[in-house]
Amino acid sequence: MSVFILRRLLQSLAVVLAMSLIVFVGIHVVGDPVHILISDDMTQQEIERFVQRLGLDRPLHEQYLHFLWNALQGDLGNSFVQGEPALKLILQRMPATVELALVAFIIAVVFGIPLGMFAGLYPESIAGRAIMSGSILGFSLPTFWVGLMMIMVFAVMLGWLPSTGRGETTAFLGVQVSFLSWDGLRHLLLPAVNLALFKLALVTRLARAGTREAALQDYVRFARAKGLAPGRIIMVHVLKNILIPVVTVLGLELGGLIAFSVVTETVFAWPGMGKLLIDSIQRLDRPVVVAYLIVTVLMFVLINLVVDILYSVLDPRVRLSEAKH
Amino acid sequence: MSAVPERLDAPALPAPESPWRRFAASFFSDRIATASFALLLLLVLAALAAPLIAPQNPYDLGTVSVLDARLAPGEKGGAGFTLWLGADGAGRDMLSAMLYGLRISLGVGVASGLIALVLGMTIGLAAAWRGGKFDAFVMRVVDVQLSFPAILVALILVAILGKGIDKVILALVMVQWAYYARTVRGTALVERQKEYIEAAQCLALPGWRIVLRHLLPNCLAPMIVVGTLQTAHAISLEATLSFLGVGLPQTEPSLGLLIANGFEYMLSGKYWISFYPGLALLVTIMSINLVGDRLRDVLNPRLER
Amino acid sequence: MKIVGRGAAACFSALFAASLFASAPLHAQDLRIGVASEPTSMDPHFHNLTPNNSVMGHVFERLVEQDDKQRLVPGLAESWRAVDPTTWEFKLRKGVKFHDGTPFTADDVVFTFERAPNVEGSPSSFGTYIRGKTVTKVDDHTVNIKTATPYPLMPNDVSTVFIVSRKNGSGARTPDYNSGKAAIGTGPFRFAEYAPGNRITVQRNKLYWGAQPPWDKVTFRPIKSDPSRVAALLAGDVDLIDEVPSTDMERLKKDPKVTIAQTVSNRIIYLHLDHFRDDSPYIQGKDGKPIKNPLRDRRVRQAISMAIDRDAIVSRVMEGVAIKAGQLLPDSFFGVSTKLKPVPYNLEGAKKLLAEAGFQNGFRMTVHGPNDRYPNDAKILEAVAQMLTRLGIETKVETMTSSVFFREASSGSPQKEPKFSFILVGWGSGTGEASSPLKSLLATYNRDKGMGASNRGRYSNPEFDKVLAEALATVDDPKRKALLAQATEIAIEDVGIIPLHYQVNTWALKKGFTYTPRTDENTRADEVKKGN
Repeated sequence: MSVFILRRLLQSLAVVLAMSLIVFVGIHVVGDPVHILISDDMTQQEIERFVQRLGLDRPLHEQYLHFLWNALQGDLGNSFVQGEPALKLILQRMPATVELALVAFIIAVVFGIPLGMFAGLYPESIAGRAIMSGSILGFSLPTFWVGLMMIMVFAVMLGWLPSTGRGETTAFLGVQVSFLSWDGLRHLLLPAVNLALFKLALVTRLARAGTREAALQDYVRFARAKGLAPGRIIMVHVLKNILIPVVTVLGLELGGLIAFSVVTETVFAWPGMGKLLIDSIQRLDRPVVVAYLIVTVLMFVLINLVVDILYSVLDPRVRLSEAKH
Repeated sequence: MSAVPERLDAPALPAPESPWRRFAASFFSDRIATASFALLLLLVLAALAAPLIAPQNPYDLGTVSVLDARLAPGEKGGAGFTLWLGADGAGRDMLSAMLYGLRISLGVGVASGLIALVLGMTIGLAAAWRGGKFDAFVMRVVDVQLSFPAILVALILVAILGKGIDKVILALVMVQWAYYARTVRGTALVERQKEYIEAAQCLALPGWRIVLRHLLPNCLAPMIVVGTLQTAHAISLEATLSFLGVGLPQTEPSLGLLIANGFEYMLSGKYWISFYPGLALLVTIMSINLVGDRLRDVLNPRLER
Repeated sequence: MKIVGRGAAACFSALFAASLFASAPLHAQDLRIGVASEPTSMDPHFHNLTPNNSVMGHVFERLVEQDDKQRLVPGLAESWRAVDPTTWEFKLRKGVKFHDGTPFTADDVVFTFERAPNVEGSPSSFGTYIRGKTVTKVDDHTVNIKTATPYPLMPNDVSTVFIVSRKNGSGARTPDYNSGKAAIGTGPFRFAEYAPGNRITVQRNKLYWGAQPPWDKVTFRPIKSDPSRVAALLAGDVDLIDEVPSTDMERLKKDPKVTIAQTVSNRIIYLHLDHFRDDSPYIQGKDGKPIKNPLRDRRVRQAISMAIDRDAIVSRVMEGVAIKAGQLLPDSFFGVSTKLKPVPYNLEGAKKLLAEAGFQNGFRMTVHGPNDRYPNDAKILEAVAQMLTRLGIETKVETMTSSVFFREASSGSPQKEPKFSFILVGWGSGTGEASSPLKSLLATYNRDKGMGASNRGRYSNPEFDKVLAEALATVDDPKRKALLAQATEIAIEDVGIIPLHYQVNTWALKKGFTYTPRTDENTRADEVKKGN
């Protein structure tokens, strides 16, 4: 087990190194942050002074080695745009994104599993078919488009919910969260639903497939034959069977939610790290982009690890090993 | 997650003559699938024939007039023809812009899908055939890549590659190849154990020949399904990248970019600038997904999504 | 997307949701502002950028302030005068206190001028306005600022720099301002909270020397996406938004719940042409063969200017939220020409001029511009290209994101020269007078003198340079004004650049609020009033 974890960590270190190098070179080739950061009135000499201060006048390999050396000491560099440590900027924004992703995750599971189970138990019913068609629609709808539609309907036309932003936040275990205040919840609802839609479709389909499979299995038939209440069969036998795939896939999809929140955060002006990434890409704020990558890579490694462990707990047939196929 | 054969509901078929016929009959026995296939065919034809049927070439600045900007659907433009779906902010006829945009969206999706398919299939087959360290290495890379969400990988790639159709296609290929590689390897490993391969090996046929002539054809069914669904995914991903402002250049708007451009008109009541492209994108992706879904049921290659 | 069934929806909402979803009641004296661009820092010397200056202006003040039309007015200095051509004297306001209660004195001014140009990692510092000037304290309420050569723009330069407190600012770095520790100024509001990406909050400064601001608490919320910002106003989440997108103007003007505040801005959108290469990289003959750069012929430049239908751009592309331009700054600014008017659209005349110059068959050209920097930038360029194509110049458009565009446009060629032949750009005059664009856009490029820093067409005209140099050394206001106007006329009649339009700054407010719009794009809460 510890060998397994160690291997994983070494592997992610290699990924981080490769990614940071690619991003370093890539952003250098694409454009130059200098010309969008300076103000119109600056003279040529002031501009040169700024370039020197950022170290952008030095050869790229020197800049990269400098970055690596600092990174080893835990310093991922200062944002070109904001002058603060890139890591601090990302960690500042992380709670908002994680909260949004978690709430979306919960929505997807809480609504997706019952819908999928229903569609799996009654595949030929009108409702079952409608659920399946709906799930294909959920796969096909462009997230950004749905987000704006939701703002139009619920914020502008009906005026029920606020259109954008995070609203009031409360400190919870030292982290600022929205879900503890009424105002915060109201701000959270639309973006979370928007983000959840795609995963909701996914969970529905997973749950349906699992239910259909389980319904045909001997133990379920047996339980039925024994005259157990249908409710109990569903709750105990079927649910157990679909939980494993749902947990595995969703664990991995939690990372997807965090990444996909880029789109939702852009539409709803949600102050998370996804929006920070987009802004930083557009402004070529290299230290922030690189730091974001490093943070997300580590985060995904962690999530995958937890999923693997959970998986082995849920399904004793599975042993942790390096090649899981 | 593995789907169970869903033949219980299939109607009794007349004795089929060929696998192809059997497949077609089975596919078209579903009304929704048939309808979406027809719709998809129509969309592809429209995209291919765009220069012939579009009232205007939206890229030819000599025929587009800014004076037509934001004219409502049904009004007559400066060039004399009726703008059935209105005009966008630069005075382009929406219908023409959409036909050309559909061409680009489908083109990007299909091109990236095909390249990724060939690349992923080659790598996957090689891994399955060679086995050993090479296989382990390839699967490690695939695992690592699949553990990152496609949107993130594509976003970073496009950010460091810059804008442009070729760059978006490259990024989409990089995102997709691993799915194909994993799928084909899985199938190939199963097929490899089968007798016909053993028989071919006994005949001392060269390895590449066995792979190409025997292994490959038997791995095609799942690839078709993955390919269809991935194409839909690629089109939607391209639209998202363009919406975020890191995808295609403004001068060659895909459907996604048309929606993004129309995004700013959403609240002004000029719904047609983003509504119609949005509808077209939705219909395109949805019909591909429905076709892919049916293909999966029919070919039943025990796929996960 | 038509808003069908609005009534039914409203009923529904009233019945089911009113109680559930009603917004929390607000304090009457709170103001919420939705801003398009977020400040990058709370350090007033970190980044000389409109969104930063706009918010910082609530907490900090300058010696000389710019009013809503960018005319100079007393700020922390009550008066100023040139003692001699190279020395300016500023009399400081007495009885002013910083938010922590320490009195404001000349020491703070000296400290500010030392700190401002040397902020670590600052992307665009105030060095441009401060370097080469020596500040000395005469007494607690008087400072002298000296330069080596006569310098008439001293009050303008001083009107850009925020005064910070020496007591709280000594040794303070940018993060100390962001945390609020050092963000202590003399302004009408005091710093309360900075949550990047989410909100910035300031509170009424009860110690303020001037009139008390009408608001207890002001919250700035960054909402970058245009439709989302408008939606936030329509949904009542904010009371005021800036940078109203031109696309929504028509609707907002009709909306009875919304008031609009507009004024012309200091920003011009213009075309810069390749003046310095004989063989311009993005111009060819119609047969694809290289030709001699036609843009060096004044008649060709005039023809291009005449072929552009500015009225169409203003009405169709900008949807009326712009004013067609004939020079570098709108008429109300210091140093503009009274003679220059926008060139009228005349396609036939333009064709004739082009033929006269020997290009009756036209040529081929690719034009470049940013697509995320100015309102509708890509669409304006497309419209220009359409018009040039009608003139016979086969025009292709390439737009790109600004981080790429500005690097290429400034120094993208192999020789580190500007890369493009024909570009669309904009310029906002931070000092609010004509010397700023003349110096940067049209003066002969000269790194050592700091002239022509943004002269991406490398326009060079000795006669113009001479008049401008004279203007920049003339302390007498009326004389300088005339010289600046003369310089503008020389450059524009020579078609050094082609002006298209001035942007119009627009704010949208909830009904019942009023705002005095500013030419410098700043949003100032103390100028927002409630009531009729």
